[in-house]
Amino acid sequence: MAWQRKVLRVDLTRGTSRVEPLNMEWANAYIGERGLGTKYLSENMDPKADALGPDNVLIFATGPLTGTMASTSGRYAVLCKGPLTNAIACSNSGGKFGAEMKFAGYDLIILQGRSEKPVYLHIVDDEVEILPADALWGKGVWFTEDWIKNHHGNPNLKVASIGEAGENLVRYACVVNDLHRAAGRSGVGAVMGSKNLKAIACHGTKGVRVDDPKRFMAVVKETHKKLAESGGRKELTKVGTNAMIDVMQEWGGLPTRNFQEVQFEGTGKINPEAAVTPNAHGHVNLITNKACFGCTIACGRIAHIDKEHFTVVNRKEYWHASGGLEYETAYALGPVVGVDDIDALTFANFMMNEHGMDPISFGVTLAAAMEMYEMGVLTREHTDGVELKFGNAEALAVMAEKTGKGEGFGKELGMGSMRLTAKYGHPELFMGVKGQEFAGYDSRALQGMGLGYATSNRGACHLKHDVFGEDMEDISGNNKAQPVKDSQDRVAMIDSTGLCLFTTAGWGVEDFVAQLDAACEGSWTKERCLESGERTWTLERMFNMRAGLTGADDSLPKRLLEDPAPSGNAKGKVAELGKMLPEYYAVRGWTTEGMPTNETLNRLAL
Amino acid sequence: MQKSLLIDPDKCTSCLQCEMACSFEHEGVFNPARSRIKIFEFEHGKRAVPYTCTQCAEAWCLHACPVEALVRNKTTGAVEVRDEICVGCKVCTIACPFGTVNYNPDSGKVIKCDLCGGDPQCAAACPTEAITYVDSAWTGYERMQAWAVKTDTKAATA
Repeated sequence: MAWQRKVLRVDLTRGTSRVEPLNMEWANAYIGERGLGTKYLSENMDPKADALGPDNVLIFATGPLTGTMASTSGRYAVLCKGPLTNAIACSNSGGKFGAEMKFAGYDLIILQGRSEKPVYLHIVDDEVEILPADALWGKGVWFTEDWIKNHHGNPNLKVASIGEAGENLVRYACVVNDLHRAAGRSGVGAVMGSKNLKAIACHGTKGVRVDDPKRFMAVVKETHKKLAESGGRKELTKVGTNAMIDVMQEWGGLPTRNFQEVQFEGTGKINPEAAVTPNAHGHVNLITNKACFGCTIACGRIAHIDKEHFTVVNRKEYWHASGGLEYETAYALGPVVGVDDIDALTFANFMMNEHGMDPISFGVTLAAAMEMYEMGVLTREHTDGVELKFGNAEALAVMAEKTGKGEGFGKELGMGSMRLTAKYGHPELFMGVKGQEFAGYDSRALQGMGLGYATSNRGACHLKHDVFGEDMEDISGNNKAQPVKDSQDRVAMIDSTGLCLFTTAGWGVEDFVAQLDAACEGSWTKERCLESGERTWTLERMFNMRAGLTGADDSLPKRLLEDPAPSGNAKGKVAELGKMLPEYYAVRGWTTEGMPTNETLNRLAL
Repeated sequence: MQKSLLIDPDKCTSCLQCEMACSFEHEGVFNPARSRIKIFEFEHGKRAVPYTCTQCAEAWCLHACPVEALVRNKTTGAVEVRDEICVGCKVCTIACPFGTVNYNPDSGKVIKCDLCGGDPQCAAACPTEAITYVDSAWTGYERMQAWAVKTDTKAATA
């Protein structure tokens, strides 16, 4: 119950597929989605394998609560070794694909090997076909979804696909489903591209059952109510995640112009207020909000670009509505590149979705290129004649499209910031960890966030821990190790259920536990669930250690460790990683070099 | 008082809680493929429209059924399928001008909205009140009121 107890294993090299039973021992230890996917990945590949080679394994994983009436039950994760970090990659997504995959009867889809020619997977319940994707190769995500639905005459198909960025092995290419929801980070789309797999299209009619339906419905009624009444939830529904841009601006934690500054003068032009205010032509950016599968929050934004804006004035094909700005896209296509033109940001975001790229990594890579351009390291000769200065909205729009399509300087931007800055002799300008770029929070102004970034198993990420409260209560690096560790384990558990992290706006651990306990057989306690989260975290860490990473990779850029924040609440402060990291290793039960001790591994049955 | 489902597409976020609630009520499983109500999305999610049976007073499906498996529930006004009589001939699915009667290949019977016997679970599950269950005689009440409030007779006579 809750799990479908089936795994679909596809061998792309041989062009075959087979169904195998879900390992319930692993499901009981790792719950599902992120945790269970990590276990399957660890058991199915050598972490030393080339991330873009055929020996990497790509896993689509749902959780036990995916496809149930629990709020936000649409989530699935994509796991593999990441080409940006050479560490474990685990990116989750909403939309409707994840639930559909579960309705077709599969908890996990494991993709191995590499197809000789471009293919896509077509799944309707038990029927699984590997079909040629020649008509789709070289096309974007939006074309691909439409084509597949039309080709099969089945509007009920849900599609997860890669755009040209995934095909071109852009190191931060994503897997996009339902047009504008994405397993966004760490380059999982490039791995899909390296396997010559264009898309997975899925329709299911089997449904999902739970262990104790009566109790589950009673629990869900309560959790729905709790979430509905939460102030944080109301804010997410009404304003969306971009409410954060005003908070970070005020706080002084908004990374600006490649982290040279922590406040941006142009937030008023790209914040939620700007999105609902008519411009000179009477155009309003935001149209409506939208939910993912099963979600009673609906934080997603649907927006459109002013028809008279330079990005689309002669391009009618981009006049329609699509996914709008969320906080991370607004930050990475805005302050960090110094741009304050909301239509240019929205256009760049459309490019990210259509061509399948992570806007965070793209934006921060472009920011590093802009800094090098302003230093004179890069010139117009490198940049196809584009004036690559901070604040140039045209440069943002042009480079977003070039990177997506793999044209000109876009190919260089597709390497990601670490490789790009190294190539041009300025590795210190890479703003990220383990090869992955930072999200929109500055480590000098949010110390626990900095520790979380440094220790995140998939490279810099804001979604693998949750210490906003602690960071804003105490701006120093004191007492951050324990809450970072605890929240990392908690988030790993939540990510493993099949539900969305944003429900924590209204729910505590006990709410996830109550829903799991009613849906799944056996007894699910808070202790068991949190231990499962810690087990997942530690297994991810062990994957990385086996891949060749060490404690030395738990680092932050020199800029954040040595150059004080120039303004805001943290003015004069640097990231206190040197103090926090040893404390963190100690509370984790790891050696001073950051290796989990045998005692810790035994305690977690690893 | 007879009640009807009132659908306001402007409020729909396309979360599909209604489809899950419907399938759970009728099949005991969360399965949008077997829901009697369906959400349609247009233009990358710009619009989402819930669609289900309107319980016609002169029901095409009911008249078309050759075995009288479709029966009016006098309390709720809903046209219900009697599974023990339905032979799965699908004539009703052809007769319905709106497409809201459909065949379930798993059971060999047709399925349609039956208003859950007077407590429609789609409306109960909807988090945004895009689907509500109201007095049949006044489904237009809110819309009338919205126009009424805009009416300014003073401006015309001043």
